[in-house]
Amino acid sequence: MFKDSLFKYFAIFCTSIGLIVLALLLFDIFSKGLTRIDWDFITNLPSRRPERAGILTALFGMMWIVTLTILIACPIGIAAAVYLEEYSSKNRFAKFIEINISNLAGVPSIIYGILGLEVFVRLLKLGNSVLAGSLTLSLLVLPVIIVATREAIKSVPNSLREASIGLGATPWQTIQRIVLPACFGSILTGIILAISRAVGETAPLIVVGALVYVPFVPQTPMDQFTVLPIQIFNWTSRPQHGFVVNAAAGIIILLLFVFLLNSIAIILRNRHNKRVKY
Amino acid sequence: MYKLEARDIQLYYGQKHALKGISMAIKPNTVTAFIGPSGCGKSTFLRCFNRMNDLIDTCRIEGEILIDGRDIYKDRINVVDHRKKIGMVFQKPNPFPKSIFENVAYGLRINGITHKKFLEETVERSLRQAALWDEVKDDLKKSALALSGGQQQRLCIARTLAVEPSVILMDEPCSALDPISTAKVEELIHELKNKYTIVMVTHNMQQAARVSDRTAFFYLGELIEYDDTPTIFTNPAKEATQNYVTGRFG
Amino acid sequence: MQKIKEKSIEAFLILCASITVFTTLGIIVILSIETFQFFREVSVFEFFTGTEWTPLFAIKKYGILPLVAGTLLTTLIAIAVALPLGLTIAVYLNEYADQRLKAVIKPLLEILAAIPTVVYGFFALTFVTPVLQKIIPSLSGFNALSAGLVMGVMIIPYVSSLSEDALSAVPKSLREAAYGMGSTRLQTAFKVMLPAASSGVIVSVILAISRAIGETMIVAVAAGQEPKFTFNPLQSIETITTYIVQVSMGDVPQNSLEFRSIFAAGITLFGLTFILNNISYWMKQKYQQKYE
Repeated sequence: MFKDSLFKYFAIFCTSIGLIVLALLLFDIFSKGLTRIDWDFITNLPSRRPERAGILTALFGMMWIVTLTILIACPIGIAAAVYLEEYSSKNRFAKFIEINISNLAGVPSIIYGILGLEVFVRLLKLGNSVLAGSLTLSLLVLPVIIVATREAIKSVPNSLREASIGLGATPWQTIQRIVLPACFGSILTGIILAISRAVGETAPLIVVGALVYVPFVPQTPMDQFTVLPIQIFNWTSRPQHGFVVNAAAGIIILLLFVFLLNSIAIILRNRHNKRVKY
Repeated sequence: MYKLEARDIQLYYGQKHALKGISMAIKPNTVTAFIGPSGCGKSTFLRCFNRMNDLIDTCRIEGEILIDGRDIYKDRINVVDHRKKIGMVFQKPNPFPKSIFENVAYGLRINGITHKKFLEETVERSLRQAALWDEVKDDLKKSALALSGGQQQRLCIARTLAVEPSVILMDEPCSALDPISTAKVEELIHELKNKYTIVMVTHNMQQAARVSDRTAFFYLGELIEYDDTPTIFTNPAKEATQNYVTGRFG
Repeated sequence: MQKIKEKSIEAFLILCASITVFTTLGIIVILSIETFQFFREVSVFEFFTGTEWTPLFAIKKYGILPLVAGTLLTTLIAIAVALPLGLTIAVYLNEYADQRLKAVIKPLLEILAAIPTVVYGFFALTFVTPVLQKIIPSLSGFNALSAGLVMGVMIIPYVSSLSEDALSAVPKSLREAAYGMGSTRLQTAFKVMLPAASSGVIVSVILAISRAIGETMIVAVAAGQEPKFTFNPLQSIETITTYIVQVSMGDVPQNSLEFRSIFAAGITLFGLTFILNNISYWMKQKYQQKYE
């Protein structure tokens, strides 16, 4: 019995370590960067002098990248999931795609960067553009969206499909009017988590050539860009203390986005779970 | 002229021989009940009439099913159009997670009907036919999932009626309902007989005796006996039928 | 008409699903072609056995071992943190904590995996390293230790959540049987539940290792950029991923041998994670069958 309670306290200690580190991390970053955040920090262009540098271009770059990534990855991801769940019978091709997706989900993000560099930047000659970056990130988040959407589609009871088919609906009508609306909430949760992933991604964008210093806001998808995590990375690796403060301030803004997205996803998921079970 | 006819139906799930040479003819405007112990193939047979078994990959079917004299498996029939003529009500009420109105209008909307007046008229007529109108007429915009089980099942019947089928297949429509709701649905079936041909699967022999004109007894994938309902229940030709209806097994 | 519409929709859906296959193919083909080019100038033997990696210096040497050593070192430290912590947390949540506590703790821990890794890099470099330097004065400013430790905390939820899922999947009857025979909680947890869930636990650990090997920003920020063939955690090292970042940020001309070296490094990285992912997929298939 003694061993039992000893283990219990040890386990509580272990659990707290994770949470303590989280708290320390947040405290450290807020204490370093919070005072640096003001309107100028958000609206200023990058600068050689830390006290005048801002994150405007990085923020706009991030907006561009995220918007384009959603527009590219969502339709493809949902369509692929619909095919795998609703059309493909358990044939070899479906099985192959399934293994393939589970593999892709484990490929290091920097490898996607190399793929993007060769295919989008060099082969398709898109250059170090917002579009090339978004296409690369789209491939990266595609497995996340597909897996989430498949889980969502699986949760729709078969009786609804039968009812729709029985009324003379075609397979696509059934998917479009019954299946997808019924699991829209869960799909949205998955998409938001994918966006949250895309917002924090750094390595693949460095490889496709996102720039560290971009003195202008991107106007078209073909413009060069930077994003917040790369800006943070750049500031972190500079020796002057002022840039470390800037990096911390940038991190606060970045975490704000990430936590906001994750909270929305959690709220959506809980609300969806609370609704009537079929 | 028969409304529905099955000729020597053989059905396999993979290796399993689920229906063994079933032949049957059903007259229009009658209620036919399929009875038999679980796993005897009665639901599977019912689903042959609107080709619902097509949805199962491993399912293979031989023989002919004729509706109004047309073979629905052999003729180059459009399955989707065919299913519109054969309504189906399922074991558990399965309303769509939409409003009551949209549930009933669904079958029309998928045919591209958007005329508002026509939709409203059809929804009202179908709900009246399903004896649900008075209970829900003020709540048509409410979610169908908020209805009680019995109301949901009548909504599913109304949804089926809206596309004006000529045959309605019912797969144990009352098994998930309480006795009062069951009575209402049975009454409904009785009235619908005037306009539709109804085929129902039931576990409940009293129900078969109460609502059907003809009864078919299935056992182990075979049609053992098919006759007028009173005959099946009082004077069956086969001993197996006798044993089942008197509750000696099953 | 409707048939044509249905068929073309299906074709479109198949096309979308195929994009994932093309992605994998693209990765393999591109890495292979460029690596093939690379090996026309560098001997394969030197690449896999050389202990010096200096493509960006005047005297160029292409031995991948220092990068592999750096990668393995940080991964090892990370797993040394995440495995005991994650596993203990999983057992605690499954066997001891009540449902409400579990419902709070699990998502809280999962925040750890949601934080962008560049943030962890910053934390390792500007907080963990200075703190550790007070304890170990010989610790260099960039080092494998603090990067590995922080990475370990980051992957705790990979181990704890997936292992907890595996423990939850063990049939209740097994636990009841253990209690019925007079086992304590601790015995039930470690002698019955964990062995029963072992394949699921192993899958979670493999995935965590794979994640640690491919992790880029923490090591790029905090572990340094000096490829050294060492297992000393106090020194500055370089991982495969950091090297790829270093070349990408530099001004190495494309189509040069130095540039191609990132593909050779990339294929090594891809190969490592590919093997781990496949093992975990295969194991997952096996244990899912067991309880179905």
